[in-house]
Amino acid sequence: MLAIDGTETSIKSFLRTLSPVDQVGAESRAAMLGTRSIKTTSKLWAIDTAISMIDLTTLEGADTPGKVKAICTKAVRPDPLDATVPHVGAVCVYNDMVRIAREHLDNNGGKSIPVAAVSTAFPSGRASLEVKKRDTEDAIANGATEIDMVIDRGAFLSGNLAKVFAEIVCIKEICGERAHLKVILETGELVTYDNVRKASFLAMAAGADFIKTSTGKVTPAATTPVVLVMLEAVRDYFQLTGKRIGVKPAGGIRTTKDAIKQLVLVNETAGPEWLNPELFRIGASALLNDLLMQRMKMHHGQYSGRNYVTLD
Amino acid sequence: MRIDVKKTYKLFIGGQFPRSESGRSYELFDSKGNFLANPALASRKDLRDAVVAARNISDKWSSATAFNRSQILYRVAEVMEGRKDQFIAEIIAQEGVTKAQALKQVNEAIDLWVWYAGWCDKIASVYGGTNPVSGSFYNFTTPENLGVVASFISDQSSLTSIVHAVAPILAGGNTLVAVAHEDYPLSAITLSEVIATSDVPGGVVNILTGKAKEIAPWVGSHMDIDGVDGSGLDSTTYDALRKDGADNLKRINRFDEVKSPQRILAYMEHKTVWHPIGI
Repeated sequence: MLAIDGTETSIKSFLRTLSPVDQVGAESRAAMLGTRSIKTTSKLWAIDTAISMIDLTTLEGADTPGKVKAICTKAVRPDPLDATVPHVGAVCVYNDMVRIAREHLDNNGGKSIPVAAVSTAFPSGRASLEVKKRDTEDAIANGATEIDMVIDRGAFLSGNLAKVFAEIVCIKEICGERAHLKVILETGELVTYDNVRKASFLAMAAGADFIKTSTGKVTPAATTPVVLVMLEAVRDYFQLTGKRIGVKPAGGIRTTKDAIKQLVLVNETAGPEWLNPELFRIGASALLNDLLMQRMKMHHGQYSGRNYVTLD
Repeated sequence: MRIDVKKTYKLFIGGQFPRSESGRSYELFDSKGNFLANPALASRKDLRDAVVAARNISDKWSSATAFNRSQILYRVAEVMEGRKDQFIAEIIAQEGVTKAQALKQVNEAIDLWVWYAGWCDKIASVYGGTNPVSGSFYNFTTPENLGVVASFISDQSSLTSIVHAVAPILAGGNTLVAVAHEDYPLSAITLSEVIATSDVPGGVVNILTGKAKEIAPWVGSHMDIDGVDGSGLDSTTYDALRKDGADNLKRINRFDEVKSPQRILAYMEHKTVWHPIGI
């Protein structure tokens, strides 16, 4: 087990034991894995797998109940003309839309699809702990079974690691057995890969079930080297503790090619055990349409177009 | 002695000049059999990328005011004028004609481009109109752009044919994927360099070089292409493309090489609005 008791000293001395990230090596390995050629049959499998891993997301200020219901319908049956397409991994919405999403899913054959809520003052995380706790409780009370929380990047970058740690522990306590906790590192603001690795371990040690790259509101978001670093962290954490933590890249994954690159990374870094929606999710909205169009291409032999998928 | 700096003729997709995704190229010889260039040999995936680029910019290009489109197309003609020497040299190399004939063709091509540029803001008023209806409605019909059009350039001439295949489609507000004739890729790519530096948004025009026969079936079955100008295809390929294109009701035509507003209208849809009087 990890020798962390929540104090600044214990966290820092543990994080010091981590091996540093080789920046050039990580980038070139991620680029190399991105060039793998995928054969047609594997591609078909990869497309369906990717669809089943999507956290279908709508996080706009302009979201309406109508839009949330529409994406819930799409989550259950991504391609209305093809029942062989699997349903997505989850639906990810803002707090006030959780109940609407949950009810619409339940009434439309999506009982098995969880609703994820972004809480703790998403996306900035700039609110008091009381507000963050209340935010999380509210989401769970409304039917969220997955909580996507943001870490306090300001505290992390200024070295106040105990505060970050304590917040995650606190939110995890609220979630308990009722909800899965995904911790958003917002890697676009963490500056270095070393910080990403440290933040990953910090989150996992504090009780995260998933570590997630980004809110989607900051660029760069889920770049392949960042996902590689996080997958390595997850793999190392498993060797250390025997516990499998999930990874969720989010933001900037828009094409089938991007999604398949992510799956290759998972397979080659963390291992095939991670290639299931319990341990790997992709936060996306536009990606689903591209996956569906590629799927149509593979099944019908002709390139599809936007007129044949739903508008979101 | 100075070593020649040879130009690599690449594709024109989304405002950039990539090599073919397939890495292929083919050898091009001049009329006397001397080596001329290694143009890219486009694959179906280059077509796919070009269609994505054309679709992404379609809204922006079609919603620009007709007058603005007209200005931009006129700008293309201006820049062509400045590149005359290069066009002439390439026509001579590809067709083996005299310099005077080549100059005549370039002038023709530029004039033709200006002619189509002028049509942008006139087509709707000439071919649209108010319809007499019995009822308290104003009833208008106006032609609007179709979307993404693919165009197979014919081999009647190395430059003018390209203008015939490109300019009318743009004038109607469509975005375009043009497939250059296998024998005349040089003028097409040079024209794309002109287009790239004339305020035409990237992706509005995409030019592929290679074998039309190889690309045609993928154009025919592509569900995101709305119209095809098959002027540069042989009858067998054209007929097959018409069959494939029936799936998403593509507009498929081929044209004699005459300048005509009908070439613009061929890729426009007439839309009618009923507007109640007194509201």
